Amino acid sequence: MIKVTNLTKKFKDFTAVDNISFAVTKGEVFAFLGPNGAGKTTTIKILTTLLQPTSGQVRVNDYDPLTQQDETRHSFGIVFQDPSLDEELTAWENLEFHGVLYGVPKAIRRQRIDEMLKLVELEDRRDSLVKTFSGGMKRRLEIARGLLHHPKIMFLDEPTLGLDPQTRNHLWNHLRHLNQEEGITIFFTTHYIEEAAKIAQRVAIIDHGQIVAQGTPTELIAQTRTDSLEQAFLNLTGRDIRSEEVNGVDRMRMHHRLRH
Amino acid sequence: MKVIYILWLRQIKRYLRSRPRVIGSLAQPVLYLVAMGMGFGPIYKQAGEGSYLQFLAPGIIAMSLLFTSLFAGIEIIWDRQFGFLKETLVAPVSRWEIMLGRTLGGATVATVQGMLVLAIATLIGFRLPQPTQVIMALPIMLLIALFFTSLGTAIASRLEDMQGFQLIMNFLIMPIFFLSGALFPLKELPASLGVVTRLNPLSYGVDGLRTTLTGAAHFGLSTDLLVLGSATTVVLALGSYLFSKIQI
Repeated sequence: MIKVTNLTKKFKDFTAVDNISFAVTKGEVFAFLGPNGAGKTTTIKILTTLLQPTSGQVRVNDYDPLTQQDETRHSFGIVFQDPSLDEELTAWENLEFHGVLYGVPKAIRRQRIDEMLKLVELEDRRDSLVKTFSGGMKRRLEIARGLLHHPKIMFLDEPTLGLDPQTRNHLWNHLRHLNQEEGITIFFTTHYIEEAAKIAQRVAIIDHGQIVAQGTPTELIAQTRTDSLEQAFLNLTGRDIRSEEVNGVDRMRMHHRLRH
Repeated sequence: MKVIYILWLRQIKRYLRSRPRVIGSLAQPVLYLVAMGMGFGPIYKQAGEGSYLQFLAPGIIAMSLLFTSLFAGIEIIWDRQFGFLKETLVAPVSRWEIMLGRTLGGATVATVQGMLVLAIATLIGFRLPQPTQVIMALPIMLLIALFFTSLGTAIASRLEDMQGFQLIMNFLIMPIFFLSGALFPLKELPASLGVVTRLNPLSYGVDGLRTTLTGAAHFGLSTDLLVLGSATTVVLALGSYLFSKIQI
């Protein structure tokens, strides 16, 4: 479903992703783990056509994101690391907007919007402006939106960041259900290693732009002779605290997050 | 087409939902009309030029178009910071459709705002020789609005955050406004100022509005339309190009 071969991405003299290769099979739940600045988001951006690779091969649903942008874009749904809803629009309008952008015909679109709102338990808030939603509700709406055009793959970049344990649990139950019932391939990143341990069938750990280990959680634990995936993760990536270069946009986001 | 429409609709909905913005952006033109229109009225009349308000109103409509549309373009920075831009950029639609839909939406909003200012001006004492002239002025308003929304988009495509905003305000918006003939007649100006005003696209917008609304022309309507039309085409192309180069 996803195939990455010798992928490299350089920004001027900085190598964000350094010659990585991995594959995700159809129907799999795949966790992409790594410390801050390891290259997770850059990889997701390349897979989702937002960035162009410096070198290497990428296939998403057998399409090349570089040359078959539209086919690739129809194949996946995405929940970004930061909220990406229009807060001045209602929940329904955000979904309607998405459906139009993805060319879902009107009758089907209206029906699916109803289904999706029900699925994420927001049908009673369909006509509320998104700016009145809590963080968890926004996340649920983003998942509903990502699923609206019936993608084959769902990308989730730290979907549970800043959510309470109840909401996180709820979200993962939804996603697991979608994976089992609909067979949607799930590719996600998270800093909560215990989430990955519980949900992912396979895990890849990336550090300094390189994949340092991949396999099932059990395999990684055995390989590092530790007793949990979190210990295995720390063993593989070291205990130093990472710094991420902060640009203007990130500053604004932090500011935004702190205010909400 | 549907994509352009939904992006246009989004701009309209956002505008209608932000009452403070509507009121706030009307306060400034009203202040100009009342304070300057009435304040400079007597001295303008003494100079033998007739009613200053009659002269000023088209200029203030142009000002309101300039501010509203440039801000509508620059709003992309907010979409980028609050993530919504990404939602549109990963969708299976081309970037020029996104740019065009947004720009038309912003331009529509600005034109509505311009019409509101015109309505307020008539309440204050501006007289339209013939009400039908509004129909003539409408395309000019739309051209001005399109030009500056595209310009805002072009600028915003190159900016990461709102840090540069003060610079834009002081070194672009204000000079464009003050050096456009919105506040004073362009005839018999000192040579240097004359050159600057002739290079300013808004001068032609102001002149176009003044011609259609009051009948007083400086450059002439065909020159106004030609300059505004070509400037809009160029900046729309530039905006599309820069927008297509945005990296998230």
